[in-house]
Amino acid sequence: MLEIKNLKLVLNSKTIIDDLNLKIEEAEIHTILGVNGTGKSTLAYVLMGLPEHKPQQGKIIFKGKDITNFSLSERVKTGMTLTWQEPAGFEGLTVENYLELGAKRNNADIKDCLNRVGLEPKEYLEREINENLSGGERKRIELASVLALKPDLAILDEPDSGIDLLALPTIYEAIKFLNEEGCLIVWITHNPDTGSIATRTSLICAGRIIKTGKPMEMLNFFKIHCKECGHINIIDEKLLKSEN
Amino acid sequence: MKTKYFKEFQNLFKFYKNLGGNKKILKSQNSSYLFVDRNKVLNKNIVEKGVEVKTKEKKDGLDIDLRVKKGCEISKPLHLCFGMLHKRGLQKINMNLIIEDNVKVKILAHCIFPNAEKIIHRMQAKLFIGKNSEFEYNEVHYHGEYGGTEVIPHLEGRMDENSRMKSEFSLIEGVVGRLDIDYCLDLKDNATCELLAKVYGKSKDEIRIKDTIHLNGAYSKGLAKSRVIVKDEAVSEVIGEIIANFPYARGHVDCKEIVQDRGKAKAYPFVSVTNSKAKVTHEAAIGSIDKKQVQALMVKGLSENEAVDIIIRGLLR
Repeated sequence: MLEIKNLKLVLNSKTIIDDLNLKIEEAEIHTILGVNGTGKSTLAYVLMGLPEHKPQQGKIIFKGKDITNFSLSERVKTGMTLTWQEPAGFEGLTVENYLELGAKRNNADIKDCLNRVGLEPKEYLEREINENLSGGERKRIELASVLALKPDLAILDEPDSGIDLLALPTIYEAIKFLNEEGCLIVWITHNPDTGSIATRTSLICAGRIIKTGKPMEMLNFFKIHCKECGHINIIDEKLLKSEN
Repeated sequence: MKTKYFKEFQNLFKFYKNLGGNKKILKSQNSSYLFVDRNKVLNKNIVEKGVEVKTKEKKDGLDIDLRVKKGCEISKPLHLCFGMLHKRGLQKINMNLIIEDNVKVKILAHCIFPNAEKIIHRMQAKLFIGKNSEFEYNEVHYHGEYGGTEVIPHLEGRMDENSRMKSEFSLIEGVVGRLDIDYCLDLKDNATCELLAKVYGKSKDEIRIKDTIHLNGAYSKGLAKSRVIVKDEAVSEVIGEIIANFPYARGHVDCKEIVQDRGKAKAYPFVSVTNSKAKVTHEAAIGSIDKKQVQALMVKGLSENEAVDIIIRGLLR
């Protein structure tokens, strides 16, 4: 359903995405795993079509359409959306106003979206999306807003970072629910716990997908090699060839 | 309820309603209000026993003495409406506002100049807030679309121990013209003052906002907050000054200005502390709308213009 072919992005003379290839099947929860600085968030921005992240090379195919030259708005129309690793604040905008923007659910269901991310609607709907919300609360509201949008493809940039341990299962359940409604999930993370709910996992290193496979296998590889490797932006060719 | 200036009052009231004023105040027996056109009192109705409003029409202005007596707690707001439906003229209001001790009162003021081609609205206000009193003042302006309004509200105030004041000035609809706000408050022990100005400048508007808060009492607190948008060729200058002279006084200057098109904005947060146990902080941000905010709304299906509009409206809400 989502295919990325030979994608390349150079920003300020630095190659961030380098000949990246990936095919994600329909109804997948696909996690992209990698250490800091390997191009995970940049890949999310390129997929979403943010103007300053226009690739120099390659193709992005979604629902059988070549969307490489689609603008951000055109991609949204195809059913795509994105959450940021650090969501923006909006002074004067309430959580309720925010969840209603572009929502494809009715009011009652919008409130339910908050419940699904573990936030009590009565407590949050009237609150402003500003610095008075903690980073974790803001992340959960962002995920609730994706639930309200009912997209076909959600690119989630670390929706699980900054969330307290007790709330993580709720976040995972919300993502599973979104997926069960038919949404393809591309989940950027460096949290190894996501292995239990992901369909497949891809490892990214130096802007390239170096391996794709079953989540636990990929996590195992990641744990053994990637953290110790530490070669940000330098691919260790020996590791690529190894089986584990 | 026919008054001497019934027709003028009806005309002004129409604009007042459209600007969000309480349309039921005329029917309600319990509402206190004062309607002024240029320097004439069109209609006055003060029902609260503890509230005294004396007006004196002068050749070149209007004097208003508004006093809320000791211990008076007013649940419904007092409504003031200053307007001018003519295209040209000078409205000069000298207001003396005295809030005595242990009072709780809110004033909603509407200032309406819908046809202004060359109108000057000058408000010279003196304010005193007594001990343990709470005063809220909301002022909403509408200046029409011609940009011919000059608004000069100047206020000098003194706040006694344990008093609270919250003031909100809002000029969002229509064209500003020239605006020159100058508020200066002096706070005694444990008094708290919040000044907020929200202005949307367009066309060739000139906006100047100066808020000065003297924290002259222990544990006194002051906030000078402004939210200004300048687009087209509008210019703005925001000066937020807080001087903390007593122990445990706390102040914060918070200025945000968004610049669009060929607009220009300046901010001068001045903070001064003369006591080692006092603290004043400031934040000022001027610039275009954050690209990330716009994109975060666009991924929900909004166009770029819709996203910008929502961000601006939120900032001015």
